[in-house]
Amino acid sequence: MAKVLGAVTVNQERCKGCDLCVVACPTKVLALQPKEVNNKGYHFAYMQNPEACIGCSSCATVCPDGCIEVYRVIVK
Amino acid sequence: MTIEEIIKPENRVYAKPRLLNDNNMHYCPGCSHGVVHRLIAEIVEEMGIEDKTIGIAPVGCAVFAYNYVDIDWIEAAHGRAPAIATAVKRLNPSRMVFTYQGDGDLAAIGTCETIHAANRGENIVIIFINNGIYGMTGGQMAPTTLEGMKTSTTPYGRRIDLNGYPLNITSLVAQLDGTCYVTRQAVHTPAAVRKTKNAIKQAFQNSMDGKGTSLVEIVSTCSSGWKMTPVQANKWMEENMFAKYPLGDIKNTVKQ
Ligand SMILES: Cc1ncc(C[n+]2csc(CCOP(=O)(O)OP(=O)(O)O)c2C)c(N)n1
Ligand code: SF4
Ligand code: SF4
Ligand code: SF4
Repeated sequence: MAKVLGAVTVNQERCKGCDLCVVACPTKVLALQPKEVNNKGYHFAYMQNPEACIGCSSCATVCPDGCIEVYRVIVK
Repeated sequence: MTIEEIIKPENRVYAKPRLLNDNNMHYCPGCSHGVVHRLIAEIVEEMGIEDKTIGIAPVGCAVFAYNYVDIDWIEAAHGRAPAIATAVKRLNPSRMVFTYQGDGDLAAIGTCETIHAANRGENIVIIFINNGIYGMTGGQMAPTTLEGMKTSTTPYGRRIDLNGYPLNITSLVAQLDGTCYVTRQAVHTPAAVRKTKNAIKQAFQNSMDGKGTSLVEIVSTCSSGWKMTPVQANKWMEENMFAKYPLGDIKNTVKQ
């Protein structure tokens, strides 16, 4: 059966740590950095659970700052 | 397959639209303005009308919209965007002309311009960000503020006996013969964002086709003004704003 593999990149400096992508992700891939902050002082989003990503773009669709790029591969 | 093998240009399915430039937007974290800016950039790019689009920016938090979306913009005095849009569209009928306005801008100081531009059926699009508050100036009550909603000028909540009823200006505008498409949307979930994108796209097409005035209200959050996190604000909006401002098309006279 074909399997969908996804991955995202987050523009860390653009991210404002709003958490909306974390909540929108259906497979709980994303989280906010617990300690590290960017130059604006925000706890930016990152892939905490990269294996779970299905490349659905839900996170990028709700991101107010256009920080997220989404990649998807279908493996036969 | 490793993550490095997935993250390759040929596998990219979403990226920030080119017309949303690299300037950091000044909006607070999670602000709905950002999502709508991104959608406008995506739509203008997809419709191929980058050189034909003229936006009229408001007074309000979106006063700097021209710094972020790389199209032609004019900055209007508070509330006057529909009047400027009227002139721009009449002088340049081949252009896609839209205003971008908050509820203070559109439904308080600019009520006259909003109603009359829509009643004249100007071939413009009005994008209406309804966050129920004056965001930019520190969260004062707007005409759209809900009953009981706390703002800096209604610290105990809006009172109908003192402040009157929340103004549902979108439903009012839908009554006017000049409007062809009036819809209310939101951007709090991926599905809602997609619907809003389709709505703005149709509205932009209506302006190009000269069908009359289109108004797209986007029920929005102002987490700073509401004093909530962005996630809490979305939830509060669903539970409170949507009852007074229900989502969906209110009027569509344009055959699909
Ligand atoms: C003629 C005039 N009156 C008042 C103001 C002050 N002012 C600036 S923004 C604003 C309200 C904006 O609220 P809204 O349209 O809801 O937009 P938001 O900031 O919430 O996006 C006001 C009253 C002004 N700039 N010009
Ligand atoms: S693309 Fe989908 S699965 Fe992957 S992180 Fe984004 S929301 Fe989650
Ligand atoms: S939605 Fe965007 S700005 Fe908000 S935390 Fe996620 S990547 Fe950062
Ligand atoms: S004050 Fe409100 S409307 Fe203005 S940028 Fe902040 S969250 Fe957005």
